[in-house]
Amino acid sequence: MSRLKILALLPLAAALSGCDYVVLAPAGDIAAQQRDLVIISTVLMLLIVLPVMALTLLFAWRYRQSNTAARYEPEWDHSTKLELVIWSAPLLIIVCLGALTWMGTHLLDPYRTLGRIHADRAVDQSKAPLEVDVVALDWKWLFIYPDYGIATVNELAAPVDRPINFRITASSVMNSFYIPALAGQIYAMPGMETKLHAVVNHAGTYKGFSANYSGAGFSGMHFNFQGLDDKGFDAWIASAKSAGGSLGRAEYLQLEKPSQNEPVRRWGSVDADLYRLILNMCVETGKMCQSEMMAIDAKGGNGHEGLNNTLPLTYDKYARRGTVLGPEPTFVAGTCTPDAPQGQTTASIKAPTDTMPLIGAGLKRPSFTPLKSLSFFLGQRPKSDS
Amino acid sequence: MSPDLLKLIFGRLGFESLPLHEPIVVGTFVVVALGGAALLGGLTYFRLWGYLWREWFTTVDHKRIGIMYMILGIVMLLRGFADALMMRGQQMLAFGGSEGYLNAHHYDQVFTAHGVIMIFFVAMPLVTGLMNYVVPLQIGARDVSFPFLNNFSFWMTVGGAVLVMASLFIGEFARTGWLAYPPLSNIGYSPDVGVDYYIWALQVAGVGTTLSGINLICTIVKLRCPGMTMMKMPVFTWTSLCTNVLIVASFPVLTVVLALLSLDRYVGTNFFTNDFGGSPMMYVNLIWIWGHPEVYILVLPAFGIFSEVTSTFSGKRLFGYTSMVYATVVITILSYLVWLHHFFTMGSGASVNSFFGITTMIISIPTGAKMFNWLFTMYRGRIRYELPMMWTIAFMLTFVIGGMTGVLLAVPPADFVLHNSLFLIAHFHNVIIGGVVFGAFAGINYWFPKAFGFKLDPFWGKMSFWFWVTGFYLAFMPLYVLGLMGVTRRLRVFDDPSLQIWFVIAAIGALFVFIGILSMLMQFAVSLLKREQLKDVTGDPWDARTLEWATSSPPPDYNFAFTPVVHDNDAWWDMKKRGYQRPLTGFKPIHMPASTGTGIILAGFATAMGFGLIWYMWWLAAVSFVAMLAVGIGHTFNYHRDFDIPAEDVIRTEDARTKLLAGAK
Repeated sequence: MSRLKILALLPLAAALSGCDYVVLAPAGDIAAQQRDLVIISTVLMLLIVLPVMALTLLFAWRYRQSNTAARYEPEWDHSTKLELVIWSAPLLIIVCLGALTWMGTHLLDPYRTLGRIHADRAVDQSKAPLEVDVVALDWKWLFIYPDYGIATVNELAAPVDRPINFRITASSVMNSFYIPALAGQIYAMPGMETKLHAVVNHAGTYKGFSANYSGAGFSGMHFNFQGLDDKGFDAWIASAKSAGGSLGRAEYLQLEKPSQNEPVRRWGSVDADLYRLILNMCVETGKMCQSEMMAIDAKGGNGHEGLNNTLPLTYDKYARRGTVLGPEPTFVAGTCTPDAPQGQTTASIKAPTDTMPLIGAGLKRPSFTPLKSLSFFLGQRPKSDS
Repeated sequence: MSPDLLKLIFGRLGFESLPLHEPIVVGTFVVVALGGAALLGGLTYFRLWGYLWREWFTTVDHKRIGIMYMILGIVMLLRGFADALMMRGQQMLAFGGSEGYLNAHHYDQVFTAHGVIMIFFVAMPLVTGLMNYVVPLQIGARDVSFPFLNNFSFWMTVGGAVLVMASLFIGEFARTGWLAYPPLSNIGYSPDVGVDYYIWALQVAGVGTTLSGINLICTIVKLRCPGMTMMKMPVFTWTSLCTNVLIVASFPVLTVVLALLSLDRYVGTNFFTNDFGGSPMMYVNLIWIWGHPEVYILVLPAFGIFSEVTSTFSGKRLFGYTSMVYATVVITILSYLVWLHHFFTMGSGASVNSFFGITTMIISIPTGAKMFNWLFTMYRGRIRYELPMMWTIAFMLTFVIGGMTGVLLAVPPADFVLHNSLFLIAHFHNVIIGGVVFGAFAGINYWFPKAFGFKLDPFWGKMSFWFWVTGFYLAFMPLYVLGLMGVTRRLRVFDDPSLQIWFVIAAIGALFVFIGILSMLMQFAVSLLKREQLKDVTGDPWDARTLEWATSSPPPDYNFAFTPVVHDNDAWWDMKKRGYQRPLTGFKPIHMPASTGTGIILAGFATAMGFGLIWYMWWLAAVSFVAMLAVGIGHTFNYHRDFDIPAEDVIRTEDARTKLLAGAK
C-alpha cells in the first residue's frame, strides 16, 4: 500500500465513528434479519477471500525476480490435488451460501406474512396488522390508511411491534419503496401491485425514499417514517383526522401532477375506492379499469367492437402526447360500470390474475371465484384447473 | 421560409435545440471546437488527410483497426471521465440546502451519458481493439476472416460514438439512466430527443459489435495455424472466442429490445407502456438478458490478458490451462442464467429469486478457480514487476473484493437492502475498473511494444498505475460505506450533512484517477519522444510465450512470412526452447485483402440515418438509407478486393529484420 493511501485513510477512520449505518443497525425485525444475512454471507466469503489476498501478496513477494533463493519450476503447470482444492473450496462455500440463500429468500420474501415481530416475540394475534396503501407519484409518496380513512403525503407512521402490510403501486413511472431501518425495498410500478410485510421494533424517526431513479424530482422524493408507541400512533391518527379535507378522485388527479420537494400533507378522509382506482389506472372518470378489462379479456374479450371502444385521451399525467407516426393517443372507455360518483365505493373488482408468488411444481394454484356482485356480467367462470 | 417547410427540412431541430442556456455546455463546446479546429487545421497543414485516408480510414488490416479501436476507447474515456468528475463534484457540493452547480436536467443527462459511454464506447472498444490486434497474431493468421467487415464494424462503432457526442451540443442526451427503463424512457415521460439519441447510438454501434463478434468467432474457428488445436490455443484467444460467442448471442437481444422501444416511441405501439397491455417489466428482463452477458463480454478478455501476463512475467507455464479453459466456458454458459439478479426487488416469488441468486453464486466457483490458477502460476515462478504484471497484481487484490460484494448482492434478502444503493455502484465499479480497466491497461502496456516497436515509458506508467489504484480505492470505498448508510444512487442533492465527508473523499479519489489518466497520456507522449531509447528490435521484449511475439514489432502487413506450425500451447516458448531458426530464404508472394472506403462511407450514411430519425428529418433518414443500400450493392461490383505482396517486398522486409536482429546481438 502506498504511503498516500495510508495518509488518506486517517480521516476515514476518524469519520467512521460518527455515522449512522442504518443498514447494519436497523430498527425493524425484517431489516435486522436481512442485516444478519449480509454479515453471515460476508464472513462466509471472507473465509476464502482473505486467504486468497494473503497468498497473492505472499507469492508476489516471495517469487519476485530478485529472490533467487526461491524455488523456480518453469515447467510445473499441473497438480490434480491442487485442482481439486481450488474447485472444491469455492464450491463448499457456495453450497453453504446457497442453502442460506434458499432459506433466507423464502423466509424474508416481502410477500410473506410475518411469523414473528422480533427474534424472541411471536406476532400478537389479537392485534390486526396495520394496512397501508402506498402510491409512488411524480415525485412524492402518497400513503393511504384504509382502516382509518386518512391519507398523507410524504409522511408515514406506524405503531411499534405491530405488523404492517404494505400494498404498493405507482402512478406513472417505476420507483422503489425503501425504508432502510424498517425492511428491504420493493419496486413500485404503475398498474401493478407489490407487497411488503414489515414491523418496526424501536420508536423513532427514520428515513424513507425512492430507491429507483424516476426523473427530474427524484432527489426530493423522500419522507420521514415514524415508529410510534400505541398512544403516540393514536394521537397521530387523530391529528391527521383533524387536519380535515378529503382526498377524492378529483383531488387525486390534481395531486398526481408532477411536483417536486412536496411538504407533508394530510387528509382527514379519503375515498375508500381510491387505491383500487389508482392501481387499475382508472381514476379519471370514464376510463375502463384494468381489472375490468382483464376480466372481459379472460371471458374472450369484446371482439372487434372492443377496438372501437376508445375515446381520445385528453390528459395523461403530463399532457396529451402521441407519437410522431402513430395514431392519436386514446384510452379504453368504461363499459360495464357507470362512472362512480366521488366518494362512493363501487364493488371491488379483482383482476383474474394470480398475484401470489410462485409456489413450486406440483402444488395447486388458488382457484378463481368471481365476486357475486359481478356475476351478472361475467357469468359463472369455470374453476381454474391448472 | 414557412414553418412547414422548415419542419420538413429540419424536423424538430431548431435554434432552441442548441443548449445555449447551459454555460457549462457552451464552455465545453468552445474548448472542443477550438481543439477540433486545431486538429483539423494541423492535419490539413501537414497534408495528412491523404495519408490518413489511405493508410488508416480505409485499411482492412486488423492491426490498424485494433489500434483505431484503442484510440476511440481512450478518447471516449476522456469524455466519460469528464462526466464522472462532474457527478463527483455535484454530489460533493449539494449539501445543506445547496443545489450544487448542475440542475436536474443537466445532471440526469450526465449520469446517463457516463454509463452509456463507459460501457459502450470505452470498455467495448478497448476490449474489441485488443482482441482485434492480438487474436490473429496469436493464432498465426494473416488477418481476420472478413477484413472488410472488420473495417465496417469499427466505423459503425465510431458512428454510435459520434451520435452520443453530437447529443452534447445538439439537443440533449437521455435522462433515464444508462439502461433507459420504460415507462420513464417511453414517449409519455421522455418526449425529447434524448432517448432517441440513446436508441440510435446503440443501434448503430450494436451492428458493428455484432458483426465484429461474428468475424472474430469465424477467425478463431477457421484461421488457426497448423497444429493449433482448440486445446493448444492461447488463453486470451479462448476468452476472446467465448466473449464473441456471448456478443453474437446477446447483442441481437439488445437490438430487438431497443427496436421495440423505438416502435413504442415512433409509431405508438404498446410493448412497454403502462396501458393497453404493455409491460415495462418485459423491457427490464430483455435488457438484462443482454446486460448480464455484457458484463462477461467485457471481463472475459481481461481474464485472458491476465493469464498471458501472469505466465509471461512469472516465466512459467500457466497453471491449470485445461481448468482455465473449462472455467471460461462454464462462465460463458452460466452468464445467461443469472439476469434476474439485477431486479430481485421487482417482486418475483422467493423461488424465482433464489434460483437466480444461486446460479449467480455458482459463477463465482469457476471465477474463483481462475483466481487460484493465476496464483499458482506465480507460485515457484520468477516474477518480473513490469507494468503489465503490476496491473495484474492490483487486479487480483481488487477484483476479489468486487467479487465478494457481488456474491453478497446475489443473496436476494441482502440485495433488498443494498439494491440501487451506492454499495451497488461501488460493487460494479470495483469489478469493471478492477477487472476490465486494469486488464485493458495491462494489455496496453503488454502489447504496445508489439504494435509500435518500442516499450512504454515505465516512470509515467508507474505514476499512472499508483494514481489509478489509490484513486480507485479512495473513490469507491466511501461508496461502499455510504451504501451501508442506506444512501441510494443517482441523487442530485442531499439533506444529511454527515454524509458530505464521504463524498469529498470520493471526489478526491476521482481527482487521483484524473491524474492517473493524465499520466497515461503523458506516458504515451514521453514514450513517443524517447522511442529510440525504448526501442525493441527483437520483437519479443518480455521473453514471452505466445505466437504474436514470434514476428517483428511492429509486425509486417502480412504478420508472418511463413505460417508457423504449432506443437505446444506456449507456441513461441516451445519454438525458442527448441532453437527455432527464422527462415531466411524461399519467400513467396503473399495474398492479402485490399483496402476499401466502403466501410467508412456506409457507416457515415448509417450515422446520418440515425441523426435523421432522432430529429424526425425523414428525408435525411430515407436518403441515407437508400444511399446505404446503393453503396452496399455498389461494393459487390468492387473486384479489387485482394492483391499479392510481391516476393521482392517480402524479401526486403524480412532482410531488414534480419539485419536488425543481427545488430541487436
